[in-house]
Amino acid sequence: MESRIQSIFIIFFASLLLLGSQSVTAEDPEQVIEPEIERRTVTEDDINSEDFEIGIYYGALSTEDFGVNDLFGLSLAYHINEDFFTEFSYAQSTTSKSSIEVVDEFVNLLTDDERELSFYNVSLGYNILPGEAFFYDRWAFNSALYLIGGIGSTDFAGDERFTISLGVGYRLLINDWMAIHLDVKDHIFDIDVFGEEKTAHNLALHGGVSFFF
Amino acid sequence: MLAVLMLNARTVLSEVLDTVTVADPYIELRTGPGRGYPVYYVAERGAKIAILKSKTDWFKVKLSNAKEGWVSRAQLAQTLTPEGEQIDFATPLLKDIAASHWEAGLFGGDFGGASLISLYAGYAFTENLSFEVTTTQVLGDESELQLYNLGMVHYAFPQWRATPYFSIGTGRIKIKPKSSLVETENRKEDSVNVGLGLRVYLTRRFFFRMEYRNHIVLTDKDNNQELEEWKAGFSLFL
Repeated sequence: MESRIQSIFIIFFASLLLLGSQSVTAEDPEQVIEPEIERRTVTEDDINSEDFEIGIYYGALSTEDFGVNDLFGLSLAYHINEDFFTEFSYAQSTTSKSSIEVVDEFVNLLTDDERELSFYNVSLGYNILPGEAFFYDRWAFNSALYLIGGIGSTDFAGDERFTISLGVGYRLLINDWMAIHLDVKDHIFDIDVFGEEKTAHNLALHGGVSFFF
Repeated sequence: MLAVLMLNARTVLSEVLDTVTVADPYIELRTGPGRGYPVYYVAERGAKIAILKSKTDWFKVKLSNAKEGWVSRAQLAQTLTPEGEQIDFATPLLKDIAASHWEAGLFGGDFGGASLISLYAGYAFTENLSFEVTTTQVLGDESELQLYNLGMVHYAFPQWRATPYFSIGTGRIKIKPKSSLVETENRKEDSVNVGLGLRVYLTRRFFFRMEYRNHIVLTDKDNNQELEEWKAGFSLFL
């Protein structure tokens, strides 16, 4: 009952406002003024460009021999043209115990500090399948499948390790300035924690959100 | 009140946005900023358009009937301002380079047989001379190196699209042996270097760069150590 009275009041006041505004515009047609535009040349610097993209992501990193763990990351990308982009990325994870450490509790390969993993990389990306994604009849979102590869460094088990990262990702633009990402990447580095040096493949799966500016 | 507000908003909008008149026979509005997106609307010559923003080589425009879409740089190149002036959309390479003092970029490469990753920022005093700060991480089998370098770069032919340059610099090298090795004491050394490079302008803001540097590491030992650095990368005018 109360809400009905409220809605009646709202409708009443809204119609008053509308009436008022109509009468103002009717009495005062001079309000529609063509703005005087000063002489100028439009250059590209006057136009807001949105070629940079900043993002955060969260997912899982499988560190070879050291379990699958949470991964948090940040990324900054610059879009060179519609096909190529460059990206800087930084991420952190805390690895778990290796199988040998779990089986034999007296074996401790790494200190707590050395178990912390962080990496950065600089990459070049290529939008291989740009297109649109459709949801029901109403919504169409721009999207792209991209290939990405780069070099970087992984700080793990007491050393900085040169790392090659290769991956594929999907970018879905919610609007002009916001996008959702889903990425699968392989971070490849050499490691000698178990005595012999070997090449470790560390797969990461993460989703994130990014903003163009 | 609402209508007045909207009117005001429209006046503000037309003042803020850069309205131009289409000069080409027609422009094609696409649904996204790329050649793969479908053309969904066409505006004729003489139509007033507002340029909202750009993404790489595409411009988002709004027509007077509120249709919005993305138009390529090529199609807007001939479009005029309200006063009939030509818009400055051609890629004026030299003018832009001269106007932009700051740049930054990243490299990958080889430093004395080990992999390197490098970041730098530069400031151009003149067309010919710029100052650069570089930080480099070298990841070798036996050690990790961190280099911090200050340098001057000279461009003899700044007006060329592919322009060679010469650099001199000085810096500090931090040497961190791998933790699996017996000798794990960190060392610091000073160094001087000379370099030669080439930069190639690819787009309005973006360029490719490759460089060779010869470092002399000033050690306490009888002989100074010589190290060679090769790298290639991409840079941006900021």
